[in-house]
Amino acid sequence: MSDPREVTTESRPVRIALITAAVAVLLLFLLLPLFAVFAEALRRGWEVFMASLTEEAALSAIKLTLLAAAVSVPLNTLFGLSAAWLVTRFRFKGRALLISLIDLPFAVSPVIAGLVWVMIFGSKGWLPPATLEHLLAPFATVASAAAESENFGGLFEGLAAWLKDPKFIFSTPGIIIATVFITFPFVARELIPLMEAQGADQEEAAVTLGAGGWRIFWRVTLPNIKWGLLYGVLLCNARAMGEFGAVSVVSGHIRGKTNTLPLHIEVLYNEYQFSAAFACATLLALLALVTLGLKSVLERISGHAAAGKH
Amino acid sequence: MSKRRVIPGFGLSLGFTVTWLSLIILIPLAALFLKAAGVGWDQWKTLLTDPRVLAATRLTFGVSAAAAAVSMVLGLLVTWVLVRYSFPGRRLLDAMVDLPFALPTAVAGITLTAIYGKSGWIGSRIAASAAWVRDTWQPGGWIGEQVKTWAEFGAAYSSFGIFIALTFIGFPFVVRTLQPVMEDLGKEIEEAAATLGAGRWTVFRRVVLPLFVPALITGFTLAFARAIGEYGSVIFISGNLPMKTEILPLLIVSQLEQFNYGAAAVIAAMMLIISFALLLVINLLQRRLDWQNR
Amino acid sequence: MSISIHSISKTFGTYKALDDVSLEVPNGSLTALLGPSGSGKTTLLRIVAGLEFADDGPGKILFHGENVVSVPAGKRGVGFVFQHYALFRHMSVADNIAFGLTVLPRSKRPPKNEIRDRVHELLGLVKLDGLDKRRPHELSGGQRQRVALARALAIRPKVLLLDEPFGALDAKVRKDLRRWLRAFHDEIGLTTLFVTHDQEEALELADQVVVMRNSRIEQVGSPQEIYDRPRSPFVYEFLGNVNKLTSPDGAKRYVRPHEIEVVFAAEYDPVTDRIARIQHLFSAGPVATLSVRLDDGQFADVELSRKQLDDLGLSVGDEVAIRSRPEEV
Repeated sequence: MSDPREVTTESRPVRIALITAAVAVLLLFLLLPLFAVFAEALRRGWEVFMASLTEEAALSAIKLTLLAAAVSVPLNTLFGLSAAWLVTRFRFKGRALLISLIDLPFAVSPVIAGLVWVMIFGSKGWLPPATLEHLLAPFATVASAAAESENFGGLFEGLAAWLKDPKFIFSTPGIIIATVFITFPFVARELIPLMEAQGADQEEAAVTLGAGGWRIFWRVTLPNIKWGLLYGVLLCNARAMGEFGAVSVVSGHIRGKTNTLPLHIEVLYNEYQFSAAFACATLLALLALVTLGLKSVLERISGHAAAGKH
Repeated sequence: MSKRRVIPGFGLSLGFTVTWLSLIILIPLAALFLKAAGVGWDQWKTLLTDPRVLAATRLTFGVSAAAAAVSMVLGLLVTWVLVRYSFPGRRLLDAMVDLPFALPTAVAGITLTAIYGKSGWIGSRIAASAAWVRDTWQPGGWIGEQVKTWAEFGAAYSSFGIFIALTFIGFPFVVRTLQPVMEDLGKEIEEAAATLGAGRWTVFRRVVLPLFVPALITGFTLAFARAIGEYGSVIFISGNLPMKTEILPLLIVSQLEQFNYGAAAVIAAMMLIISFALLLVINLLQRRLDWQNR
Repeated sequence: MSISIHSISKTFGTYKALDDVSLEVPNGSLTALLGPSGSGKTTLLRIVAGLEFADDGPGKILFHGENVVSVPAGKRGVGFVFQHYALFRHMSVADNIAFGLTVLPRSKRPPKNEIRDRVHELLGLVKLDGLDKRRPHELSGGQRQRVALARALAIRPKVLLLDEPFGALDAKVRKDLRRWLRAFHDEIGLTTLFVTHDQEEALELADQVVVMRNSRIEQVGSPQEIYDRPRSPFVYEFLGNVNKLTSPDGAKRYVRPHEIEVVFAAEYDPVTDRIARIQHLFSAGPVATLSVRLDDGQFADVELSRKQLDDLGLSVGDEVAIRSRPEEV
């Protein structure tokens, strides 16, 4: 493969030993678990597998997982764009502090990310349901009125019902907000180094050519960061769908109501329904594989784009 | 006049960023610290000297540090091989390194338990070996106790199980921080060292490795920070025995389940303070190293 | 359109990047801002463009007598060519050039076919016909430079500003593009201000050279003036080779290598001449350079034509008399 006189590589036996060791680590750590998920899931046959996935509690868990991701990912994407624009296009006092604050959730345990919401919205928190109900009463009236309207009342029914009995903890909004906390930095984290490296030259050029803010964003910035943005969204989504600790704290584990897919897996596992637990786990493992696959594709595309820069 | 900015959108992005940051992160964390401060000094003292809390703290930070350290070694090996050598399947393995990031922690937790527990592929072998060691040498003390647990449960229900889960979670951090540094390191510097007569191992130890130290420390820090807070992948394999395999996040959850909000807040606050302080120290250390390398 | 800069200062934190700078750029001129890095030249250019803002104070920037300090960059009517071109990577050459026109408000935006014609006209002007569909990364450095120029010109700017226009190019392309830009400027006659750290570039290209140093303007003048009558030792040294000699009376004198005359030692005139010994001799190319050691131990470089050298028949170790009318600074 390479000339033995080559000075920047190791002798063949050393190379082979190192490769073997590294591959062993990776197989043991990465491929074995992945394989185990599918093997355990199918241990009691295809029918049990399918039944576990189509049972009602599983379906509602899937639905809630999708909902949590559908709310938190767009919100944090918006935040990521805004934060990255702010800290890479402007210099201002407190910028360094802001950057470290954006990273803060990475240093916070998922359990604490759930706990903070219990501290605020729990029955012994700063804004317990009773207080919240009182505060939101005017909105509840408005929403109920809207819900009664003939044309689009249906849209407001859920909101009106929730406003009458506003609960975060042990209910869907709590799960969503905990997921938002956990996935908070993901998009910003991808965009900030990317936009910093690209510099503000192109935006400045657009300014001298007379373009306004939104137009610069849509026509100059966004096309340049689209792959990085997609990458961040992908990671954000994977985390949103897979989050366990934070949602576990706020969910209350109400079966068929406040269980996301990871929580559903825990419930099944603790009830010794191992095959069903692993069947649901295959869905999340597939999500992980798809994420990794798309990630590789994106890296290749954006790698090409970056190479074309020079 | 000097407050004017060329690129538009400063006010809007500042407003949105700071509002969202405050609503989602800062105010909730402040609420937690307020709650913790509100329980009073006495309860802080009682809680922080409670043997169960102390044991959980020691376990969490100790095993996290050990796992991060081992991640660093494994990460160095894996990165070196992925960057330097070409062999069939390299690209696939490279892509798979991120699996622990992408695999939800609950899935990792039940899977690792299935593999390393007593009836698992690897766990059964660990149990058999440990049983053999126990029967042959009958070791005593702390080691004896560990061996007994392993013989009974494989790697599950012991700090060894927690260590495995945390290493699984942590080592991709090391690979991904080290990889770009290694890729950017041209061959020139090694060639220069070689022309000066240094052997391969000397080149690695004295020329190449020092250049990786800052990245290794970053990787360690990320793995460590993640490990301290890790919950999902640990609770299944650890068995959650108070005083033995109970980690801090789990202790918080159990306080919460008993509606001890104050205690949960205090433990959480303590955990955050210790992790922030540790991260700060490591950060400062690294800044110093970075500066030396210049 | 002329540019007048009146007492502009700029501080970054505690660092003073520009210190009360005033400058006139005559209409239709090609003016170079020349100086070492950190002298404030790029900051000044960016302030003129509206990409940076001067400190509060009496500072003014007038375009043809009209103060533009409060006019945003997009409305100033400046064409700005960035050092690394800042081309929009994801757009074709044509889209890059058309950008400034397509972002005009609908009421002022020319119709599509007019924009297309303008783009082709500009492509012709910068000699890039047929490259309209290419992406920036498919172009050479010199071509990118000209796309950036065309993009800046598309909005029919009142002034053209270039930041180190040749900084990122290799030596050969640099020289060609320099000549081309000079001719181009003479053709379109647009008031142009450019930043450079290369004295040769400034002297060859510009009508007016502004030498900057330490956040201030050191001297303004035509290339000839600046070269022949530098106002400070800094300008002397910054513009080309110079010998710094101390006279027997202790005065410091500057003299350019080509201003020294070499004669046989036998013709030594004690009033104007010094005795020197030849240490090295570089004679590749049309101009020969002698490195000589004066009788008092100082060293000097002397330039003379090959013909003179051959006529004198000098070689290393010979003793000669050197004659000059060194200027005192």
